[in-house]
This record gives sequence, structure tokens and C-alpha cells, in this order.
Amino acid sequence: MSNTTALTHPGDVDAPDNLRFYVPEEHHPQNGTLLGFWLYLMSDCLIFAALFAVYGVIGRNYAAGPSGADLFDLKLVAINTAFLLFSSITYGFAMLEMNKNRVNTTLVWLGITGLFGLAFLGLEMYEFYHLIHEGATPQRSGFLSAFFILVGTHGLHVTFGVIWLVTLMVQVKQRGLIGENKRRLMCLSMFWHFLDVVWIGVFTFVYLMGVLA
Amino acid sequence: MSSHTENITHSGHEIGHGDVSAEGTHGHGGHDDHHDDNVAHGTMSDYVKGFVLSIILTAIPFWLVMGDVFDNTNTTALVIMGFAVVQIVVHMVYFLHMNFKSEGGWNMLALIFTIVIVVITLAGSIWVMYHLNANMMPAMMHDMKNMP
Amino acid sequence: MFENLDLTKLIFGRLSWEAIPYHEPILLVTFAAVVLGGLVLVGALTYFRVWGYLWREWFTSIDHKKIGVMYMILGIIMLLRGFADALMMRAQQAMAFGDNAGFLPPHHYDQVFTAHGVIMIFFVAMPLVTGLMNYIVPLQIGARDVAFPFLNNFSFWMTTSGAVLVMASLFVGEFAKTGWLAYPPLSGILHSPDVGVDYYIWSLQIAGVGTLLSGINLLVTIVKMRAPGMGLMKMPIFTWTSLCTNVLIVAAFPILTAVLALLSLDRYIGTNFFTNDFGGNAMMYVNLIWIWGHPEVYILILPAFGVFSEIVSTFSSKRLFGYASMVYATIVITVLSYLVWLHHFFTMGSGASVNSFFGITTMIISIPTGAKIFNWLFTMYRGRIRFEVPMLWTVGFMFTFVIGGMTGVMLAIPPADFVLHNSLFLIAHFHNVIIGGVLFGMMAGINYWFPKAFGYKLDAFWGKCSFWFWQIGFWVAFGPVYILGFMGVTRRVSHFEDPSLQIWFQIAAFGAVLIALGIASFLIQLVVSFMRRDQLRDHTGDPWNGRTLEWSTSSPPPSYNFAFTPQIHDGDAWYQMKQRGYERPLKGFLPIHMPKNTSAGIIIAGISTVLGFGLIWHMWALAVVAFIVLIGVSIGHTFNYKRDFYIPADEVTRVEGERTSLLAKHV
Repeated sequence: MSNTTALTHPGDVDAPDNLRFYVPEEHHPQNGTLLGFWLYLMSDCLIFAALFAVYGVIGRNYAAGPSGADLFDLKLVAINTAFLLFSSITYGFAMLEMNKNRVNTTLVWLGITGLFGLAFLGLEMYEFYHLIHEGATPQRSGFLSAFFILVGTHGLHVTFGVIWLVTLMVQVKQRGLIGENKRRLMCLSMFWHFLDVVWIGVFTFVYLMGVLA
Repeated sequence: MSSHTENITHSGHEIGHGDVSAEGTHGHGGHDDHHDDNVAHGTMSDYVKGFVLSIILTAIPFWLVMGDVFDNTNTTALVIMGFAVVQIVVHMVYFLHMNFKSEGGWNMLALIFTIVIVVITLAGSIWVMYHLNANMMPAMMHDMKNMP
Repeated sequence: MFENLDLTKLIFGRLSWEAIPYHEPILLVTFAAVVLGGLVLVGALTYFRVWGYLWREWFTSIDHKKIGVMYMILGIIMLLRGFADALMMRAQQAMAFGDNAGFLPPHHYDQVFTAHGVIMIFFVAMPLVTGLMNYIVPLQIGARDVAFPFLNNFSFWMTTSGAVLVMASLFVGEFAKTGWLAYPPLSGILHSPDVGVDYYIWSLQIAGVGTLLSGINLLVTIVKMRAPGMGLMKMPIFTWTSLCTNVLIVAAFPILTAVLALLSLDRYIGTNFFTNDFGGNAMMYVNLIWIWGHPEVYILILPAFGVFSEIVSTFSSKRLFGYASMVYATIVITVLSYLVWLHHFFTMGSGASVNSFFGITTMIISIPTGAKIFNWLFTMYRGRIRFEVPMLWTVGFMFTFVIGGMTGVMLAIPPADFVLHNSLFLIAHFHNVIIGGVLFGMMAGINYWFPKAFGYKLDAFWGKCSFWFWQIGFWVAFGPVYILGFMGVTRRVSHFEDPSLQIWFQIAAFGAVLIALGIASFLIQLVVSFMRRDQLRDHTGDPWNGRTLEWSTSSPPPSYNFAFTPQIHDGDAWYQMKQRGYERPLKGFLPIHMPKNTSAGIIIAGISTVLGFGLIWHMWALAVVAFIVLIGVSIGHTFNYKRDFYIPADEVTRVEGERTSLLAKHV
């Protein structure tokens, strides 16, 4: 796992002495942005792990209030899951277009992804409003606190993702699919798919199991 | 144009290529290092496969719960958890292009390490808190029928 | 809705003139001293017209060396504040018996011990460790900077922002009274309705962002930017410990972030994560925070282990014994540190099976550390040992830390811990390992690498004074604390009835004075060394006959570190180069690609400080505006694509030429 372009080997008869210990050409280490962003995503995973752990521990503390079975509308959750899944594939299409260096089609698919993201957020905010309106506020019980923070943190991430998406669309429009922009789009791609992965955990452990309990 | 994503590599700083024309797609500013960084990229068939698999792996759990298919809720719980794990793997492979080679294997190593820590955090917390609750807050226990 | 809007409340929140501690003489005197000292400093800087220089060369610098130095300065300044807290506690506990209430009432004393812990861990130890890794790692791996230089600058300023908020709590409002980990329900809104816990939360959240980003930065640096030929098992051992430390940072700090966020939600909007009612579970906080907390202490100690490995090898003039086993031991410690956390709360009631598991894992984790001690001793065996100041600190560490580790193994036995938990024995144990390990390590590292950073060695006489005052002072201060712990004295107590305890507290206070002399000696060492710098000058760049790449550069290194990227063949690369008759290249220099300075880091961190302050004081208007500006500036920054430049080849040739003449003059 070392990065190497070894120019000379010790004992290489042909290598003059002064070439042995340094690289005489311009040396560029590999770009670390994608790895760095992946590591950031891993740390984000751990934030969600902590929130899932909290949900696991106090997620059944209804405090004589409503439970998941009372509150969750699985049809709504299914639609939201679909929105997110579709947004993942449309982002995938955007990446395929990016690889072909087609600015306009990339922007189209990014825009559609953003719309799916906004649809997801809209529906989620409707769900939250509805719950709060019914008295199932985050303050009502440990279960509801844990529910709102877990689902809400995911929603917050999607929100930042959408803002980032719009910003990137502007930057791609302005400067085209230059290397830096492609790297940024790849980072957002990782982010976006990662959010869908977290959502799998959310709909399984929170919504489906919440209804089962 | 090849379908490979060129990872344009430069020194490890966040280097902008702002001084290159906007429509340039290979704005290197003079460096034409095209090291292959083993950057993973997808194909259309990968995305479609992943998408279709995900739809199936989502629809079935929803159906199992909404349709009250199994009598035993524990069975349902275990089955949908299994589906979740499989779908996460599907996402990792088809959407995130996880493989053992990207970034020289460091991506995979980081992922495995993170999964280990996540499992320790989740399992450890639930185990510890279960015991703490049982010993220190026994009145709360009857609420916790179905801890995941 | 708008009729009820109280404009004053919206703008000022709960901030009022009452927030200033008019009735606390100690604070007023401190405030006066700080204002006076601050005015003198600002006046002097203005008079000597160095603001521009400071801004250009330091505050906006993305050079890892400058940032490393700034971290160290932050850590040392905060050490003085944290130690002042320690002196106050020792004084209070030495005098407050029977009728004598001492000079610190409980609500003040509680803030002192909380601030002492928070500052020492987050704003002394973390910055010192981060600063050292920042400075040294790129040099050791033959790189020109870290992977993300802008983020590096930003991380430093975010840490500083957290420190600023903690310091502000001295004079505006108050600090938390909960202990350094702020357990609920005490830290919840019911029992700590004042701003103290909010200062705690926001200073740590802001500093935490800096730390996490720094962790990612150094990880990518080590993975991606090593010089060609430097495989993982050829890396210097300090770089290995830095790698593992940064893995711990990235894998642990998110948990802290999440937990503090949950606590803040409980406080701000009344959720029920850690409340006593409505389904909250305060024990969950303790569980989660220690899942972070235990890796945190390894984050502090692993770099120190790395420092000691480098020093032992250099000053024994011998290759480190058992390099591979050192690496494996470090990796094992990294992984195991996630399996021991419950030993911090054996007594909370998880029962025998859980306690036994964690007691066993805790004992197991002491083994790799033991292996390291043997490796250091075997390195010294039959070496040609030079007892320069860094080596003194190292030997002191070996003796002091081992004892502290042993008391840790005692505490790892749950039944023993049931007697000793939260007694002064525990306090003595962790100060033993943190001072004997982390602080001694930082002092050793500073003495070792100071010549590299500044071009002259530190004065040895004052260095030895500092060491001996610390070494003896530590035992005089904490030996009694162990004894008091065995006698059953509880921690965080500001007044006692039993007069037989007093003598031990008085001895401990004397020990604290000795340590104060140690710190004073260190400060004097800095001043004297500066004044004598011409006599202490290091011309060669390699004053200790070092073995790793940083010693191949000039002291201080040029901004680009290496004119040509090194080509590595063996471990102990610089030592091997010297053995093989390495000659510095004298020509053929190329332009070098470097990142530009940036003001975005300090600006964004500054806005974060304002945001934090607004959130603490419930100044919602300020908080909302600050948040929007923060997002706006951050997004705006991403539109800046022109972040780099080239150092021309002539410039490189000139700098290298200067070094050549210098080396020739001082053969």
C-alpha cells in the first residue's frame, strides 16, 4: 500500500550516486481529496452509529405516549424511499455523463437529482409537521426524541447535500467539467449514495421495526 | 472519449485550475500527470443492476411488514434486517463502486475498520445499557419489549 | 406573533451586565491583569508594526510548520491557565479544614476543577500533540506539506476559537460546574440552567470540528504523500504512532460530537435523551461519552510514545529495537482502545458479567504498552547513551509512566475499582499517566525538535532545571494524592473535616509549587535560549545526529521542505543516507508547486466563535445571522479556485545556495 515510483534502486549500477537519494524530476504526490472525503464519510457513519445506538436504547421508551405503530405511515415512507433511490440513480447518470465530459446533460441529471432530494425533504417535513401537530413532538418521549434526531440528522445531511449540489451546478456551469469540479462531483456522489445507505438503516430499524414492535 | 474517469493528479494540495478556460475539460495548467489512482467509476449496467436490486430489496421488506406476512414478528425483524444488510452491500458495490483496489486498498480498510467500530458501538452500547437498565432502572424494563 | 417580540431579548438573549463577575475579587484582578497585559501586547505589536507580518506570515499561513508552531504556542498559553486552576485547587484543599472554608466557595471551586480538566485535555494536550504531528510528520515522510493545507489552517483556528470561548467564560458569565465530562442530569437544563454548560458544549463542538478535520488531513497525508520508496514498514516510528493516533481521532471524535449535540438538544429544546423522566436515560450519556473518552486518552499518549521512540533511538545512537513489534503493538492498542471503555464506570451498575469482560480487556491493553517499554530498554542496552535534555525526559517518563500504568491495572480490577473509583487514587493515577506520559513526551519533543524549528537548541541548564522540578514536583504533588485515595478521600471536594488529612494536602500543594517552578524554568529556558541563540545555533540541521528525514533539512527548513523529493531505500532513511555518503544536490533545481496563504480559515473560525457566543447566550438574532454568514462565506470560499503558485527555480537555487555556504562555513 505504498505509493512508489522508485526511480533507482540501490546497487543499481547505472544510477549515478547523486540520483540515489532524491527524485530529480518534479514529483507530485497523488491527490488525496477522494480518500480524504471517504474518511470524512466514515466519521459521519460513526455519528449516525451513535444516534442509532441512542435509538436502540431509548427507542421503546414511549413514556405512555404514542409508539411507532401508532404514528408511522409506511406508505409515505415507501414513497420517500423511492424518491431517494431514484435520486441515487439519477446522480449515477450524472456521473456517467460527467465521465463523457458532457456539461449540459450532466447538469440536467444533477438538477433532476436535486428535485428528487427536495421532494424527499418536502415529504419529510410534511411528516414531521403532521407528527408535531398530533402532539408527537420530540419533547414527548425518549422514543420521539431519538426518532426526530436520527431521521432529522439524515434530513439535515440531505439538505446540505442539496445546497452543495446547487453550488456545484453553478460552478460546473461557470468553469465546465475541469478536474477540480470532477473531483467535487465525485465527492458529492459518495456523499449522496452514503445518505441512501443510511436511509436503508433508517427505514429498516426505525420505521419497519417500529411498526412491528 | 474513453469511459474511464481520469483522475487528474497533482500535488496533494487542493489545487484549483481556475485560470484555465471554462469550457476546458482537461484544465491541467501544464501538468499532464494522468496517474491512474484506481479511481472507481461505474457503468450504466452497474447502476441499473444496483437500482433494480435495491427496488426489490426495499419492496420485499415493506411488503413483509405492511402485509403482516409472518406470524412471528421476530422472524420478520430478522428477515428485514438481513435484507437491509444485503441492500447496503448492493449500494456499496454498484453505487459506491467499493472494491479492494480503490485508493490502494485504503478505502476498503477504512470501511472495514469503521464497520467494526460501528458494530462495537451498537452492540456494546445495547449490551451495556441492557444490563445497566436491568440493574439500575428495573421499572423501565417492561417498555423494552423489542430492542433491536 | 410580532407583538410579543421582545427586541432586547432577541438581540441580547440572556446576556446582561450581571454576567460580569463584579463580586468575585479573584476574577476581577485576573481580568484587570489580562486587560493590562493584552493592551501592552497589542500596543507593542502596533508600535513595532508587526501586524502585517503576523497576518501574512503566520495567521493566514498554510505552511504546516507555522501551523504546528502556532498550535504549540496555544497549548503552552493554555497550560498556564490550566495550571493556575491547579494551583488554586491545591491551595484551597491545603487550607480548607474545619472552620476554615478556604477562599473558593463550592460554586467557584466546581468551575475551577471543570475548567482545569477541559482546558488541560482539549486545549493543552490536544494542541500540543496536534502541533507536534503537524510539524514533524510531513518532514519525516519527505513531503512538502500536508494533504489539505487550507483545512490545516482552518483546523487550527477552530481549536483556537474553542479556547477563546472557554477563556471568555471567565469574564462573561461562568463555566460549567459539572466536571470535565459534564454528566447529565447535572448538566441538563434543570440542574445547570446557567450558561456554563453551554460554554462547555459549544467550545468543544467548535474545537472538535478542527480536531476531526486535522485527523483526516494527517491520515491522508501519511497514506498518500510518503516519499517514493517509503513503504509503511520503513516509516519513522513517530509517523506510525501519528497514523494510529489520527485513526483514533477520526473514529472517536464523531461520537463526542453526537453526544454533545444530544445534550444541547436536551438543554435547548427540551428533548428527553438524558433526562430523568419521559423516557430519557442519563446512563446512556456516560456510556457514549466514554466510548469516545477512552480512545481520546490513547490519542494523547500514542504520539508521546512515538516521540520517545525517536529520542531513545537517536540518543542511544542505535536503531530502535523491535521496530516491527512496536508497530504491531501500536496497532493493537489502537484497536483494543475501543474495547475497554466501561472501566470508567464499573460502579454505575452494569453487573458482574459486563464488568468482568471490560476488566479483562483493560488488563490485556496494558500488555502492548509493556512490550514498548521493553523495546525502549533494549534499544538503550549497549547503546552509546547521551543524556541530553530530551533523553532525561524520556527516562523520567519510563519510570513515572510505568508506575501510573500499574495503578491503572489495579483500577482495572472491578472489585478494587469499587473502592477506588472517584477517589483521589483515580486522580493520582490519571495525572500519573498523563503528566508522566503526555506532558513529559511533549517536553521531550519540544526540546528535541526545537532546534529544527527555530535554528538553535534550547538552553540545557534551564532544560534540566525544568525537568527536575517537574519530575520531583510530580511525585511530591501526587504521591500524597495516592495515599489520600487509599484513605478513602473522594475527588472534587473543596472542604474537609478530618484534620489528619491536611498534612498530605499540604505536601501536595508544595509539590504543585515545585511543578510551577518547572513551568517557570521552561519559560525562562525559552527566553534564555533566544537570548543566547547565537551560541546555541544549529548550523548543520542535524544537531543530535538524527536518523530520520527531518534532520536532512536546514534548521529551520525552507518553506518547501525539500528541494527535491527524497528517494527512500531503508528505514531510518537519513541515517542510511549519511552512512552511504549522501551529498546534497547543488544544481538542477526546479520550480516548486506550493499552496497560497488564505484568510478564509481565520475568518470562518471567527464567525464560528460569534455563532457559539450567540448560542450560549440565547442571542438568537446574532446566532441566526452568524450562521447564515458562516454558510455564505464557506460557500463563497469554494468559488476560489486559484489556491496555488510556483516558487521559481532561481529562488530555490538561492535558498539552497545559502545553505551550502552555511554548511561550508561551519564544518
